[in-house]
Amino acid sequence: MIRRILTRLSTSILVLWGAVTVSFTALHLTPGNVVDVLIGSNIVTPEVRAQIIADYGLDEPLFVQYATYLGRVLRGDLGRSYQLHEPVASAIGAQLGPSLQLAGASLLVAIVVSTTLAILTARRRPWIRGLSSGLELIGVSIPTFWTAILLLTIFSFQLGWFPAVGADGFAALVLPVIAVALPITTMLTQMMREGLELTLEQPFVLTARTRGMSDLGVRLRHALRHVLVPTVTLIGWLVGLTVGAMVAVEQIFSRQGIGQLTLTAVGGKDLPVVMGVVLLTAVLYVVVNIVIDLLYLLIDPRLRGAT
Amino acid sequence: MSTPVVEVTDLHVSFPAVDAVRGVSLAVHPGECVAIVGESGSGKSVTARTLLGLSGEEATVTAGRLAIDGVDASRFSERQWRSIRGRKIGYVLQDALVSLDSLRPVGKEVAETLKLHRAAPRHEIPGKVLDLLTEVGVPEPEVRAKQYPHELSGGLRQRALIASAIACGPRLLIADEPTTALDVTVQAQILRLLAERKRAGQALLLISHDLAVVAELADRILVMKDGVVVEDGTAVQVLGAPEHPYTKSLLAAIPGPGFRNTVPGDVVIRAEGLVKTFKGRTAVDGVSFELRAGQTLGVVGESGSGKTTTARLVLGLLRPDRGTVEVDRRQTQVIYQDPLSSFDPRFSVRRILDEALEVGGTPRRERVKRSIELLEQVGLDDGVLDRRPLKLSGGQRQRVAIARALAPRPRVIVCDEPVSALDVSIQAQVLDLLTGLQAELGVAYLFISHHLGVVHHVSDHVLVLKDGRAVESGDAHQIFTAPADPYTQELLAAVPGGHYDQADPSRRALPGREQHHRLVRPQVG
Repeated sequence: MIRRILTRLSTSILVLWGAVTVSFTALHLTPGNVVDVLIGSNIVTPEVRAQIIADYGLDEPLFVQYATYLGRVLRGDLGRSYQLHEPVASAIGAQLGPSLQLAGASLLVAIVVSTTLAILTARRRPWIRGLSSGLELIGVSIPTFWTAILLLTIFSFQLGWFPAVGADGFAALVLPVIAVALPITTMLTQMMREGLELTLEQPFVLTARTRGMSDLGVRLRHALRHVLVPTVTLIGWLVGLTVGAMVAVEQIFSRQGIGQLTLTAVGGKDLPVVMGVVLLTAVLYVVVNIVIDLLYLLIDPRLRGAT
Repeated sequence: MSTPVVEVTDLHVSFPAVDAVRGVSLAVHPGECVAIVGESGSGKSVTARTLLGLSGEEATVTAGRLAIDGVDASRFSERQWRSIRGRKIGYVLQDALVSLDSLRPVGKEVAETLKLHRAAPRHEIPGKVLDLLTEVGVPEPEVRAKQYPHELSGGLRQRALIASAIACGPRLLIADEPTTALDVTVQAQILRLLAERKRAGQALLLISHDLAVVAELADRILVMKDGVVVEDGTAVQVLGAPEHPYTKSLLAAIPGPGFRNTVPGDVVIRAEGLVKTFKGRTAVDGVSFELRAGQTLGVVGESGSGKTTTARLVLGLLRPDRGTVEVDRRQTQVIYQDPLSSFDPRFSVRRILDEALEVGGTPRRERVKRSIELLEQVGLDDGVLDRRPLKLSGGQRQRVAIARALAPRPRVIVCDEPVSALDVSIQAQVLDLLTGLQAELGVAYLFISHHLGVVHHVSDHVLVLKDGRAVESGDAHQIFTAPADPYTQELLAAVPGGHYDQADPSRRALPGREQHHRLVRPQVG
């Protein structure tokens, strides 16, 4: 168990170190003078230039630059955006809240809706399954930006039920959450239903029924947990998809957030911010994967003994 | 006579594709054990599930009368059925590893029945669970209740499963192949436990493919084939004087001592002092044996005895830590218990054989002809060439596996539980096929099985393994008639049907295929 955690931690550190190294390499492989690359499409005074060279140790050998960069990242210093005129860390920090809110709410909605749908439709009459899987196919097929535009047109512009812009309050969250959650929900539903159908064929399900348990009871108390391991795996993978979907959704709904920040940074060649976002994504992956690993152990006792 | 716990007449259960049960009638009285015997697809399990209202959503059930405890159940709603399940009728399925929820401690599974029927106040449930586990003979119930199915041995799991079925004190316990997945000594323990339940006045409905198992317990036996009861009578009648040809063939198919008349050739396997350790656990500990061409060495033992490890050492899949194996691996083939998982599901039989022939060096243009020859040798026609393994029956699959093993003309075939997954009558056919091929081709078998009857049927020599050690080895007839080692004696005594003649001498005359093909096992001494 301890060994498992240690392995997990050391691989996590490796992943993060890799991400830092990749950012550093990207910075130096970008055509042009490193100082210009860091400044991007902005114009700065010679004093700022000198400051950048000092901060990044650009007059030192490459190895020392790398060590300096690594050391700063370790201290939590992600550098400064010369376009936003603020430290990258605080720029990201300011945008993180709305994004986490959107991502969290979307995942929550997706999990609740897909679990309910899967439980209600697994091994039911063909037309129920057919209807559900037809809708899921549509859900998976529609690109997120299109869903977002469609929702915006119908519910904000036509019906005026929800605000079209901003990130204030619950009402502003509804449409973006639907747009982000839709593809996740459909994928999760498909996988969970298939998993449930396999599980419901298992002998222990019959045993539970012979004890007098109802069909719904068996689905909730026995079968569901057996589907959770693959579900958790898929959710981990979908977190990445969510981040991607949020870039489009935040743009369309004019919401603040990491997606917006990234888009602007990429457009304005604001490399310090892009590098910060890359690191943030790496941290996100590491955290998600650690959480998933712990969830596996919680769900399946058979995994607890294994090292 | 008292009211039957369950009574059904003229039961018909049909599914969209098949009429699974056609006109079955049966009644089980308190303290009585009724057995339904039949092979897969005979409708025995469907019959049993119908008594719980669990024949499935697609099933159409009609019956002249269906009564549980004297109450008409033919129009029961789902809610009424639920109050019957677990409370009036308990149900035990085979192989508790998959019949218990693998993600919950077994204690919770036992408690579930109590909770569902509110059989005890909430705070008394943990105590009751421990009582129940004790009742079915689980030692240290406090520890065991917190363990998960995979942490328990096969026997303890099966006991826990039985505890969950009897938690609410049902009047009838249905046991569907309760011992099929178990080792022979554990099987004997579970059968004793069921016998105790019966003595305590519980009605039992036993479902099995194995006449030897039901012979121990049943008062009445129904033999089912293709959804119809072909024979119905007291155990003495059915086992002692079967009338229907199918019952006779089932009895004859029970493997027992066979005629062995083989001439030993040169040594094809010589193993000396094999030792194999896995992470500090010694799986094989100083095993030596010799196998000669044209003969069969049976390797017997329970799970974990080192049988399979020995086979893998012979096949060169593992390296021994100590000791040597002399065998020509180019002339060695293998047959497994489950051929399905050893075939590529996308391959047709043609391709499976073609591949084996290619490995054996048969030129391309001769392969089709040779494939057809091989299929003939194993009793299949060339119609199966373009079928995939999934579309074949269990017996056919095992025949294809044998044909594949024969393709490179091996001198030795390692058979790892080759008939354990098959119905009795198919089992007998495959065993006959193997012995026939041996006489014809002079191939030697290293025959691994936990089933003593099967090993006795095919072996010239026997090696008895326990915890990786050879406790006894030598001439098969000698070992099966006069075992010297206490463990071998225990194994033989545990074979169901072994105590049969002692229990009731009148049941003794069990006719077999040949005169010594009897259910009666040789007793110690």
